[in-house]
Amino acid sequence: MARQTELYSRHEALGGRIVEFAGWLLPVQYPSGPLEEHHTVRRAAGLFDIDHMGQVVVKGPEALQFLQRVVTMDVSQMAMGEAHYSLICYEDGGIVDDIFIYRLPDRYFIAINAANTDKDYLWFRYQMGRSKVTVDNVSEETYMLALQGPKAAAILQQLTPARLEQMPYHRATENQVAGVPTLIGRTGYTGEDGFELFFPREKAQWLWDRIMEVGAPLGLKPIGLAARDSLRFEAKMPLYGQEISATINPIQAGLSWAVAFGKDEFVGRGALLKAKLEGSAVRLVGLEMIDRGVPRHNYAVALNGQTIGVVTTGMYAPTLGKYLALAYVPKEQAAPGTEVQVIIRGEAKRAQVVKTPFYTPAYRR
Amino acid sequence: MKVDKASRYTRTHEWVRQEGAELVTGITDYAQEQLSDIVYVELPAVGEHFDKGEVYGVVESVKAASDCYMPVAGTVTAVNDTLGDSPQLVNEDPYQGGWFVRFTPDDPKAIEALMDADAYEKYAAASEGAH
Repeated sequence: MARQTELYSRHEALGGRIVEFAGWLLPVQYPSGPLEEHHTVRRAAGLFDIDHMGQVVVKGPEALQFLQRVVTMDVSQMAMGEAHYSLICYEDGGIVDDIFIYRLPDRYFIAINAANTDKDYLWFRYQMGRSKVTVDNVSEETYMLALQGPKAAAILQQLTPARLEQMPYHRATENQVAGVPTLIGRTGYTGEDGFELFFPREKAQWLWDRIMEVGAPLGLKPIGLAARDSLRFEAKMPLYGQEISATINPIQAGLSWAVAFGKDEFVGRGALLKAKLEGSAVRLVGLEMIDRGVPRHNYAVALNGQTIGVVTTGMYAPTLGKYLALAYVPKEQAAPGTEVQVIIRGEAKRAQVVKTPFYTPAYRR
Repeated sequence: MKVDKASRYTRTHEWVRQEGAELVTGITDYAQEQLSDIVYVELPAVGEHFDKGEVYGVVESVKAASDCYMPVAGTVTAVNDTLGDSPQLVNEDPYQGGWFVRFTPDDPKAIEALMDADAYEKYAAASEGAH
């Protein structure tokens, strides 16, 4: 049985169209539709119920050493209050999950994917060995909202004493938001400036209502899963199960930058080093349709009638106004300008490799 | 949900309307609302013949691709090329600017077997209740 979030009644009242996603009942869109929701986040701000996401807390005297061994980034280089993207890999280099790690004074707080929550937690437990650490799955008691868009800071600032103008991207702080103790991360999954908020689950309706209240005059709207997907897609943020999976390694996915080869031994290091030195035979590239058509997840990519690759995510990209895809293709076909075909309902439609990200995320501008 | 009184309707949510000797078809207001934002419509070539119920095109929303079915048998005489650059016309104006194809029916009387606007309105309302 799929679960309702604390905000289910809010979504219903707002006319949200509810679908099942990773075991949760969540709005795929509200009445204004996914295209308008997408533009709202690029131009003003959007509020996302993402309580399906999981969270794990790691602490104890050996928390740092433990994480150094389990994740691909160099956790020892994290400043206090820093938030950083990282990966968890299997021994063979395949990806367990992609995560965000927050270094806080008394703990490491880790945000993980909804569909991977149980798996990640078990993976952490199995990796603990005799380490002096505790690993807690705090997904149940932790609520997660994302407030994203160029107006996000102006909206949140009305509700918190935290000095947001002094908080750069990928920083986190613990403070009150509308009186609720909240972990505020300047992070997100849209390519825009914005925040992810973690706070006690029982405050979900209160905080949602306060944010909507102060945000409405600035154009804040609730945003569903469809726009969440198109926003992250344009910014080339990977989605587990599509761009990345247990059978894809970070080198293939173009995520070498998230792997710290210079640090001591970590799970997957040998396989990843081998993959890096040998070079990947396939690459994740951007495709832009030359012929008209909508490329979609799992459509074949072909060259002269032969299948050479696969679309991981494809759609009409609202900000770009183009039909675009992310796809795995052989490295020989990975250079921008290379023409390939996407097989749409049995027909080969022309497309060309283009540079990514399609849309430059705010933190890289 | 809007209906066009001058049109007849299929159970697969297409409307079809007599205009001179030809018929014009598209998807209903109910259908476009269910599909939500439409981003692409694939239409057939002029001159192609389709049987009743045969797939003649595909309408793609943000999340999915759906087939369009020929309401009665006929031969395509024109397609709405403006949907190429403006697929949103299907959402905004499904019965006029958002039409899909114009065709010559094999049997000019075949359309009379389809639901009229009142019957379709009840049918669509019942479909909605089933969701």
